[in-house]
Amino acid sequence: MPFIANTEEQRLAMLDELGLTAEQLFDDIPAELRCAPLRVDPGLSEQEVRTRMAGLADRNVSDLISFLGAGYYDHFVPAAVNALVYRSEFYTAYTPYQPEISQGTLQAIYEYQSMICRLTDMDVANASMYDGGTALCEALTMAIRISGRKSLIIDESVSPIHRIMIQSYTDNLGIERIQTPPSAGCANRDRIIEQLNNQKTAAVIVQNPNFFGCLDDFSDLAEAAHAAGALLIVSCYPIALGMVKTPGAMNADIVTGEGQCLGLGLNFGGPYLGFMATRKKHVRKMPGRIAGRTVDRQGRDGFVLTLQAREQHIRREKAASNICTNQSLCALTALTYLSLLGKHGLAELAALIADKTEYACQKLTAIDGVKRKFPEKSIFNEFVIELPYAAGEAVGRLIESKMAAGFPLGRYYPELERCLLVAVTEKRTRHEIDRLADALEDLV
Amino acid sequence: MKLLFEKSVAGRRASRIPSSDVDAKANIDRRLLRDRPAELPELSELDVVRHFTELSKKNFGVDDGFYPLGSCTMKYNPKMAEAIAGDPGYTALHPSLPQLPGGARLVQGALEVLYQTDRLLREICGMSAFSMQPMAGAHGELTGVLMMAAYHKHQGNKKDTILIPDTAHGTNPATAAIAGFKVETIPSDNHGRMDIELLKNALTDQVAGLMLTCPNTLGLFNHQVKEICRMVRDVDGLIYCDGANLNALLGRCRPGDLGFDIVHVNLHKTFATPHGGGGPGAGPVGVSEKLVPYLPISIVSRRPSGRYYLDYNRPHSIGYVAPFYGSFGVILKAYAYILMLGGDGLMRVSENAVLNANYIRHKLKPYYDQAVDEVCKHECVLSAARQAKNGVRAFDVAKALIDRGFHPPTVYFPLTVPEALMIEPTETESKETLDKFIDAMIEIAQLSETDPASLAACPVSTPVDRLDETRAARKPDLALLPTE
Repeated sequence: MPFIANTEEQRLAMLDELGLTAEQLFDDIPAELRCAPLRVDPGLSEQEVRTRMAGLADRNVSDLISFLGAGYYDHFVPAAVNALVYRSEFYTAYTPYQPEISQGTLQAIYEYQSMICRLTDMDVANASMYDGGTALCEALTMAIRISGRKSLIIDESVSPIHRIMIQSYTDNLGIERIQTPPSAGCANRDRIIEQLNNQKTAAVIVQNPNFFGCLDDFSDLAEAAHAAGALLIVSCYPIALGMVKTPGAMNADIVTGEGQCLGLGLNFGGPYLGFMATRKKHVRKMPGRIAGRTVDRQGRDGFVLTLQAREQHIRREKAASNICTNQSLCALTALTYLSLLGKHGLAELAALIADKTEYACQKLTAIDGVKRKFPEKSIFNEFVIELPYAAGEAVGRLIESKMAAGFPLGRYYPELERCLLVAVTEKRTRHEIDRLADALEDLV
Repeated sequence: MKLLFEKSVAGRRASRIPSSDVDAKANIDRRLLRDRPAELPELSELDVVRHFTELSKKNFGVDDGFYPLGSCTMKYNPKMAEAIAGDPGYTALHPSLPQLPGGARLVQGALEVLYQTDRLLREICGMSAFSMQPMAGAHGELTGVLMMAAYHKHQGNKKDTILIPDTAHGTNPATAAIAGFKVETIPSDNHGRMDIELLKNALTDQVAGLMLTCPNTLGLFNHQVKEICRMVRDVDGLIYCDGANLNALLGRCRPGDLGFDIVHVNLHKTFATPHGGGGPGAGPVGVSEKLVPYLPISIVSRRPSGRYYLDYNRPHSIGYVAPFYGSFGVILKAYAYILMLGGDGLMRVSENAVLNANYIRHKLKPYYDQAVDEVCKHECVLSAARQAKNGVRAFDVAKALIDRGFHPPTVYFPLTVPEALMIEPTETESKETLDKFIDAMIEIAQLSETDPASLAACPVSTPVDRLDETRAARKPDLALLPTE
């Protein structure tokens, strides 16, 4: 029988040893609580299941030219990444509770934490979280714990998906959420500073590049937030950190982001990777697992999960978070991906993406009737164009010709109904960009 | 072993970035750029491959040997599931596609996977609907408790307390607290089950709900569970089932039939998806009829034509707990696993999981104290209290098992059992493996009498021996930062 090792003979021998029948194993469940036989079809062979699952995969599009991003991007992944991550010693292990036989996972987490610190210019990082959105939610509850205050200022050019998650996470916590509309595509300084309250504000939450693809330097907001005793939380796109100013250099207090772009597939929404980094002084308030370096009895270097006094299995209802584990295999994926790119590879990749994005932007905005939205802002991998009619309509028409032109912003920003968010990665060729431009020109 | 960063050699490269096929040059305001590249290591591909291969050899997974880590259900992870989840027909799908006009028809296969897994989990758990969004067990708990809050708010109830038994996993009270509730702990009786008299006293109008692990963390099924659910419902409380131990119940009884309003299922436990060294997991959450309106959005629905679509029009929903549809890649694997097992296979899972646990319990009974001396479900909790009298603690038993080729059980949990050793063999292990483990446990028990000092030295077969955790916490070294 698949996945059951004991033979009928062994099963009977074991029951005999126990002096029980198979039914008696479940005698503690009263008869009136038993269920009827499950209405689940009989089991299939591997071959049958593989055929069925391949059939379902065939019902998904596979030849789409995609300029869809909005926080989740189609990057190239070197073959070595999965060859390493899918070593079974990594993927069939669990949380490294027994450090002596988990040094592989633990050293990898320590290296991952180091890699995130180096990318973001921060002091410490945790072992990872479920995704960029949950990392951001955890960051703001961390800021609430640090500051002892309960009001948040959230720039509306932070991913609307993440902002909905924040609302779901905090709805029952009596937290004030002040959302400030952006000005010309970037965080509105005047509005944010006007809302900063040196008694109430726990944190200001911004994103770089923001949801519209615009780049920013939040150093001024960090200064203003700190002057009011509040923290600055920056959510960022890690590939961009190959070239753009780091949150650390802007004096951010907590940095989070979505690590899907670091070697993980798009995978229809998950599993993804949330990263979080902060300043040394806040480490004991940081949620999530953390690996640390120590020594064994013989003085040899080794790694353990540490600072566990923050965690649920010790602190229960007083824990920093309810999070039980990290997103270990996804963190390992990001670590191997960044190791293979290396110092210059990441910088070159970022430069290539920025060049292609600029090309796409010039090409699309050269079409009569198509305008660049927020033209005075710098962009990295994504930008907004304004069409003469609803962007959703254009996207719907282009999908017919196997092209995902971008993300229509009207879904989250009704006032931007004619606007389309276009993303470019290193995988998009000049030919594909030209095809998009031609198709869009035909429509407009 | 050196760190990646210490192996870095200036000028060495693993990858070449494609040359640009466009003539445009990025035009980014210089003030928005970083001054110098991030200090990532400079390595060849072979350096990277050898580094991680060497690291992998310092790990122990289910493929390496018996992994009876109680409450974690470390069963075999079938390779077919990995092959399926690696299909580009799934991995390359952008999650926003079905949100585009005309986009849903591009992802019908993926939506069907979500829809069918939801239907299977409904049938297995006896619930009215599932959300596939939660990305881990603790995340499922949070989703459930947020729905409790939304339900009471909508009813106009002012309830602020959640009851949790003292044997519960730490995530239960932590979840209730971060969702904004007060936590009240209910002690267990001397059979390891929640004390029903104490529960009665705690059931005030302030009680929003009860979180119960079923079977509980001692591996025991609470025969009074239906009565408990009724009592909580009498004060308009909701009852949450932590489904971490669902493996024991498959095809035997269903949380929904027992009276639970909410249950989360750990796909990485019950449905064999790999634990990944600590994630990714998936913790879909099922609810009874009255909580369906509060499920996170979106929900995959099917039109009469057979087409699948995402339903966002749910005004009472708690919103998003995940950016999209949960850990889709994990859900895929669990779906394939359930298809392979079928209804008959699910019954065999629970039977063999329970049989294996009781076999270990029975064989070790002469050597170790038992938390409770009765037939257990999927796991048994022993105690090293007897060995501790000779200075051999649960911790030492664990380290001695490592030298004998086994991953140790969960130790010191549940907190109510002194020197706890929580053993969950799972159904995928054979009698031969159990017998070897039992022999090792007996040998350790005997050594605790004859030569306890030899156990204090364990493990000796590993790349490092016992690590200084106090030093790690007192002088945190959490990252290797660039020198300068």
